[in-house]
Amino acid sequence: MDKARIATLWLDGCSGCHMSLLDIDERLLDIASAIELVFSPLVDNKEFPENVDLTLVEGALANEEDIEKIKMVRARTKLLVALGDCAVTGNVPAMRNNFVLADVLHRGYVDNATANCGPPVHEVPQLEPKVIPLHELVAVDLFVPGCPPSADLIFFVLSEVLAGRIPDLSTRSHFGN
Amino acid sequence: MPEISHYQVKTLTIDGKEVCASEHQTILEVARENNIDIPTLCYFNGLNGVGACRLCLVEVKGNNKLLPACVTQAQEGMEVTAHSPQLHEYRKLIIELLLTERSHVCAVCVSSGHCELQSLAQKLGVNHVTLPYLHEQCKADGSHRHFVADHNRCVLCTRCMRVCDEIEGAHTWDITGRGIRSRMITDMGEPWGDSETCTNCGKCVSVCPVGALVEKGKAVAEMTKPNFLPYLIQMRGKGQ
Ligand code: SF4
Ligand code: SF4
Ligand code: SF4
Ligand code: FES
Repeated sequence: MDKARIATLWLDGCSGCHMSLLDIDERLLDIASAIELVFSPLVDNKEFPENVDLTLVEGALANEEDIEKIKMVRARTKLLVALGDCAVTGNVPAMRNNFVLADVLHRGYVDNATANCGPPVHEVPQLEPKVIPLHELVAVDLFVPGCPPSADLIFFVLSEVLAGRIPDLSTRSHFGN
Repeated sequence: MPEISHYQVKTLTIDGKEVCASEHQTILEVARENNIDIPTLCYFNGLNGVGACRLCLVEVKGNNKLLPACVTQAQEGMEVTAHSPQLHEYRKLIIELLLTERSHVCAVCVSSGHCELQSLAQKLGVNHVTLPYLHEQCKADGSHRHFVADHNRCVLCTRCMRVCDEIEGAHTWDITGRGIRSRMITDMGEPWGDSETCTNCGKCVSVCPVGALVEKGKAVAEMTKPNFLPYLIQMRGKGQ
């Protein structure tokens, strides 16, 4: 049987969901023979490949680069999973939505800055006015709420998907921790 | 036992099950007695029902309106539907409206893990919302010595108002504005800490279903609410 081509993507999140993924520990070995990790912050691939079976996406959409990436990843992925509250609801990154972006930047880069005052304009992607969850822009096939989703939960999701099932998480996960 | 002779038992069906109701019992009370689970949020056993959240809406045959089970009296011969795919969708939508209207960020909320909105969302299968978040900034009032009111998490259930009025007799809490502009206020809108009516009893904090009324000094997920019900029923009994 062909190995399942799996990818993970890190957008506007704290990396906690990826840490949770690593916390699966030795059970990762159980599924290692059935999967090929084709793209991830955890592996050294620069290009997101075509024909990915499953992509776990951590983080909300907060800047212009996130938006480009998620569109491309969506087009190349069969099953797109919103992993964790930032991807599912916007969560902590979206708390800035209650304020005007210019004020937020001013607060961070002028009011509280001691050197190099002013928001960066070169070499970093520009922030969008509002942070949004993935499904406000692209179709999401599976929602895995939690901040972060537990290692057990992520393992369950992977095992079920590898067995060809869409897991029912209603009794296993909720918003928050 | 003169009262017994006037005692009327009604029979009705809920989700096809034949059930009995005594006089003045609501559909919700009868359902609970018969282990039929109807989701509720504003309802609090021991306080007067108000029908504010609409989560408990049920269908009654022959009535083209949905009725809130928590304030609708059971009637002889009623045929009640408490669960249907359509009702389930309405209930999910109500949860979505609540989650999007204010700012619920469970990951940083003191009540996470002990919150009725969070557990209702899970129970009803709301694992994401389909409506846009409003991201409107509400006030948080930290002026009280012991408690915080964070209106960003308020679901306008009015439990605080009812317990403060009906049980404590202070009526510190009330509601101002209409529709989406509705806000809970203390006294005439003064900061809670300046309230002349509040007795600092903490009853409102105990019954608040979410992380809107909490004790000061709690970190994420630390705010647990005491089981207030036995006390409340006891006080009710004395008053009547
Ligand atoms: S009040 Fe409940 S739903 Fe709102 S943020 Fe807190 S835990 Fe989440
Ligand atoms: S602490 Fe007691 S008196 Fe004060 S507002 Fe709450 S219920 Fe009312
Ligand atoms: S503060 Fe709490 S108890 Fe009062 S209306 Fe809001 S959610 Fe309900
Ligand atoms: S529980 Fe009946 S309307 Fe809120």
